[in-house]
Amino acid sequence: MIYKQPRFLCGGDHAIFVELGDSIDPEVNQCVRNLKLALEKAEVPGIVESVPTYRSLLIYFAPLQLSAARLRQTVCHLLQSTAVAELPRLRLTEIPTVYGGEFGPDLELVAKHNNLSAAEVVQIHASARYLIYMLGFMPGFPYLGGMSPKIATPRKTTPRLKIPAGSVGIAGNQTGIYPAESPGGWQIIGRTPLELFHPAQEPPSILKAGDYLSFVSITAEEFASIKESVRNGTYSLNERLID
Amino acid sequence: MEVFEVIQPGPLTTVQDLGRFGYQQFGVPTSGALDNYAFRIGNILVGNDENSASLEITLFGCRLRALQDTKVAITGADMAAIVNGEPAPAWESLAVKSGDVLAFPRLKGGCRAYLAVSGGIDVTLVMKSASTYTKAGIGGLGGRPLRPGDIVKAKAGAISKAGAHLPARYIPAYENQITLRVVPGPQDDCFTREGIHTLFNSEYIVSAQADRMGYRLEGPPVKHREGADIISDGIPLGAVQVPGDGLPIILLADRQTTGGYTKIATVISVDITRIAQAKPGDRAKFQRVTSGQAVALLRKYEQRIEMIKASLCA
Repeated sequence: MIYKQPRFLCGGDHAIFVELGDSIDPEVNQCVRNLKLALEKAEVPGIVESVPTYRSLLIYFAPLQLSAARLRQTVCHLLQSTAVAELPRLRLTEIPTVYGGEFGPDLELVAKHNNLSAAEVVQIHASARYLIYMLGFMPGFPYLGGMSPKIATPRKTTPRLKIPAGSVGIAGNQTGIYPAESPGGWQIIGRTPLELFHPAQEPPSILKAGDYLSFVSITAEEFASIKESVRNGTYSLNERLID
Repeated sequence: MEVFEVIQPGPLTTVQDLGRFGYQQFGVPTSGALDNYAFRIGNILVGNDENSASLEITLFGCRLRALQDTKVAITGADMAAIVNGEPAPAWESLAVKSGDVLAFPRLKGGCRAYLAVSGGIDVTLVMKSASTYTKAGIGGLGGRPLRPGDIVKAKAGAISKAGAHLPARYIPAYENQITLRVVPGPQDDCFTREGIHTLFNSEYIVSAQADRMGYRLEGPPVKHREGADIISDGIPLGAVQVPGDGLPIILLADRQTTGGYTKIATVISVDITRIAQAKPGDRAKFQRVTSGQAVALLRKYEQRIEMIKASLCA
């Protein structure tokens, strides 16, 4: 639920948290996103950067340029105005994904665990719209909300030492994508040829907190050709605005 | 311009500047020099911009061969630096000649030394910063620590007065026993009154798990009211995170951008340098201050650096 009044938490002498609600909730997260957008638009001198998370925005500031009290005032003012302002539309990014086979070695396991066929797992996973609550854990890693409980599966008891970049996995009732090769315990059901995170690009991450994504099932041939065009820099993301 | 060949890097030598800002929203830590003071003074001593890239050298064992006549400054931890076997003065600008061997053989105080080079180290900026974040292979020299045989390049330096040295009163003493001033929050309300009392009235020991990401401390556990888990939020520099075992972890430049454990307090900006120079086995105490006091101390700190800059550049 969204708080009536924002809670300001102290992050030392150079950061404040603006907490906007008491739970992991799309509506609360949208408020966080809107506050971040409003702050960026306002170009407040002395703000260094801000980090959106599930229900709060951590604002880093230069305390000799901008006082915490002044920053709190600015935030309150923006929150009042964004409450009435037209909400910016949401962006949905499509993530082409090959399911199963060598790309998704745990797809059968996830299916069996949930008494479904592999095709049903894919259908359920690829038909939902996922909210990117925040990025964290590693550069470009999205914390997603919106997975159907019908395909929830516990993590592996022994984590894999190496999960390839782009792997799409399930852990409990969460789904996610590994932006870089990493060890991990998620059940891997597929892989995307997209590079979620590329340090030389601006912005470096194709995903942004507060936006949505959906998975689109592709074939291994399509994977290869998309991978090739990503490598050449000729791939254009499938994005659209939604309500 | 090639300035150094790495003979031995020691346990961890990386290229750092003041950090990478604006990308934490994408999960990219700021990185950057852990000791802001020693890093900036080094650059000031060789006439660089304060954000110029330098080497951050950890503990001891680093050895470099100069490939150019250049000017450097060694600041931060005392590693008994020598040039061609002769003691090299720290906290002043130092001329080195092509072929000279600069070594950091032995740790006498602190944990991290900085080697500033006239012109600043020349690496490709990644997300607008030269800082190395080794965990994701970002920045610096190929995103990794220096290795034997690496060639370190520098940009052309500004012509500045040779022999600039920092007055002794501005040289920090690195103690084995430090007091870290902290401002309570963001989740101090998740701890019992007894837990907070424990934090402020105990001595902690820096454990072996102390690196650029964070310093894990050992000592009396700090008691939570209900639990250590929160809905994940951002992690400010200097956050004192307390997971379920009650043992504080101070989070530094390479910290993850977000996390799901309670944070009882945040080390104030001017004291980050103290923890950055602490090493396993050192002792730390926490002292509570207000954020107003912390900002006043930061103002004094910045004024001191301005004064040093003015006097060295005069």
